[in-house]
Amino acid sequence: MYEVIAFYVFAALTIGMFGIVVTSRNALYAMSALAGGMIFISGFFFILDAEFLGVVQIVVYSGAIMALYAFGMMFFDTTRDVSEKMRSKKIAYSLSIASAVLVVAILCAPLVGESVEALYPSIEGVGNVQMIGVVLFTKYLVPFELAAIMLLVAMISGIVLASKKMDEYLAIEDEDPEDVKEGR
Amino acid sequence: MITLTHYFILTGILFSIGLVGVMRRTNLLMLFFSTEILLNAINVGFVAVSKYYNDLSGQLFAFFIIAVAASEVAVGLGLLILWYKRNGSVDLNSLQMMKG
Repeated sequence: MYEVIAFYVFAALTIGMFGIVVTSRNALYAMSALAGGMIFISGFFFILDAEFLGVVQIVVYSGAIMALYAFGMMFFDTTRDVSEKMRSKKIAYSLSIASAVLVVAILCAPLVGESVEALYPSIEGVGNVQMIGVVLFTKYLVPFELAAIMLLVAMISGIVLASKKMDEYLAIEDEDPEDVKEGR
Repeated sequence: MITLTHYFILTGILFSIGLVGVMRRTNLLMLFFSTEILLNAINVGFVAVSKYYNDLSGQLFAFFIIAVAASEVAVGLGLLILWYKRNGSVDLNSLQMMKG
């Protein structure tokens, strides 16, 4: 009973939050609503007995990714309203039809996957975190290491890209934009 | 009783919200936000399948999706800051100029 109530409450809250993200004209409101929606998504993970992913969702998404966006937004002019322009109606219509087909395909997925056999069934008496650890460090060890290398590359590229000419830009803010481009 | 279909319908709704955001936004930062919504919607679907088919693979895929999302944000935000410094705008239309 509580599971049903929790599902509907979290579903309504998540849809509302993400609706604000895609409709709000203020970038700061959109970011705050996205952070709230991420935390409500973690509620689903706890309902679905995926405690590890729920914690990872809060720590990585709400902690790291949204903090990164918040720091990144210090560079942008967030007080200005975001301009929205739909230039081509034809593109919007064809994309809407394509996404509708995609949604139908998503909803039909359980019909196709009727005969799915569990590769890694959860064992009685073994916790979710322990089970994930066992599977992650046996079957998925190589993807795990590749993910670590990918995160390292992403970190280095983020530092290199964001820190380039940082001091010079702040010093010559009011000068000719051509000078900024040439790095003088 | 909440079944797998409930979670698939929720995933579909959240994914559609993200697609609407991708289609109607022209600000690049807002496009990144919509991409996060898409990734989160799919994560919910994966974990729901993992629970109802009693299989851990779905949770591990969601785990790797979170790792990909984290690196995507790091690289994308770095490029976005670089572009903003150069052009003073993160609008999608400012990317259309092909001047060197």
